[in-house]
Amino acid sequence: MNTLFGEKKEGATKIVPKSVDEYPEAPITLGTTLSNFTGDWRTFMPVIDDDKCVKCYICWKFCPEPAIYIREDGYVGVDYDYCKGCGICANECPVNAITMEKEEK
Amino acid sequence: MAGYKPIRKVVSGNYAAAYAVKHARVQVVAAYPITPQTSIIEKIAEFIANGEVENLQYVPVESEHSAMAASIGASAAGARAFTATSAQGLALMHEMLHWASGARLPIVMVDVNRAMAPPWSVWDDQTDSLAQRDTGWMQFYAENNQEVYDGVLMAFKIAETVNLPAMVVESAFILSHTYDVVDMIPQELVDEFLPPREPLYDLTNFERPFSVGALGTPADYYEFRYKLQKAMEKAEKVIREVGGEFGERFGRDYSSMIDLYRTEDADFVFMGLGSLMGTVKQAVDLLREEGYRVGAAKVRWFRPFPKEEIRELAKNVEGIAVLDRNYSFGMEGILFTEAKGALYNSKARPLMKDYIVGLGGRDVTVNDIRKIAENMKAVVERGEPDVEVDWYHLKR
Repeated sequence: MNTLFGEKKEGATKIVPKSVDEYPEAPITLGTTLSNFTGDWRTFMPVIDDDKCVKCYICWKFCPEPAIYIREDGYVGVDYDYCKGCGICANECPVNAITMEKEEK
Repeated sequence: MAGYKPIRKVVSGNYAAAYAVKHARVQVVAAYPITPQTSIIEKIAEFIANGEVENLQYVPVESEHSAMAASIGASAAGARAFTATSAQGLALMHEMLHWASGARLPIVMVDVNRAMAPPWSVWDDQTDSLAQRDTGWMQFYAENNQEVYDGVLMAFKIAETVNLPAMVVESAFILSHTYDVVDMIPQELVDEFLPPREPLYDLTNFERPFSVGALGTPADYYEFRYKLQKAMEKAEKVIREVGGEFGERFGRDYSSMIDLYRTEDADFVFMGLGSLMGTVKQAVDLLREEGYRVGAAKVRWFRPFPKEEIRELAKNVEGIAVLDRNYSFGMEGILFTEAKGALYNSKARPLMKDYIVGLGGRDVTVNDIRKIAENMKAVVERGEPDVEVDWYHLKR
């Protein structure tokens, strides 16, 4: 099956077909989230303070992407490749462990 | 005749379609009721209620747009999907029809031909389906209930081979609600003819996620359109092969895209689509007895359009009387335009005249065909048509 897969992290490239034969039969995977990161829309980035975090995972439940994941140590982390900086996590955090900081690019 | 014992049932065209859906082992039916299509999905619902089908999911939806959207979702996920509609319902699906063909999903739909409103009408007229000409759907026109049944089974096989959706078209009431004998095929033989669908891609492989209905920029869109056209061209070959295979297995041959009836030595032929052509064939027999050398050319597949077969036919006749139960306003009957267009760059160009007949379900009788034959005979003898487009039934 000929599809336009890109691989996340390792190169994160999109295959660019050179001839019509290199295209897949159906228009699939021209832009998959494996190669098309959506984190660069962001103006503010969530920063999590592990000292304040009580591991309630409300942020994890509310994140619409989901860009928040549970780390091996039980605390939460942010996958900035996909975080659009909406701030829902910071808004919902009951202990104010998440702050939205202006991101310098 | 192929060596099997058919299951003979007396059914309406709509029930023939429903039985074909059952025998094709369709997995998802999403539909919204609209006259005269309703009894197709009622019968399918009855099969489910009676436990006569396994693994068939019926999705009741709130409009035809949603019916097609649900069919697209089901087909994209790999299921064999079916829906049915008529007229305004088909028009409401229009936007979604492009999604189905563009995404290369082999959905099969029965459209029960019905006139577009206003004036409000529930009767037979081909303008609804022909107006979907450019949506990338294949279109098969059934002459009788048997062809509705056979057409649905073949449509799945063809659609799943070339990854294009297909529409099986039958006439409102003339077929949909009229009972006739239909030879059905035993389930195990249908299973041999139509194995489970093999989807183009596997949406359930979570290790390799991808986008369906992806954005195509000007750098990519064009190539996908070309591929769709190539699939239509491949479909012509597949239609002939599958139609031939159907004939070998079940005794009813569909290997030609145009069904020619007594055309060998004909001076002129009648060309048309669907149930209309049953009447025409009967008229041809009577006219032959009266000394007219006429034949009938029933166009089975309107998309892909059988350009080559029409060119071949044109070599042997002096005239083609196109019977259009449809109209493209500002131009002429739709089949007339297409058939003329197919011949423009060929050497054989018989005289052609367009007879607009049967709009909104107006009856087209054998006697009408006889009158048209008289008129067409004069056209051929004179060497030019009196008028190019003849509103035959008009109260003058």
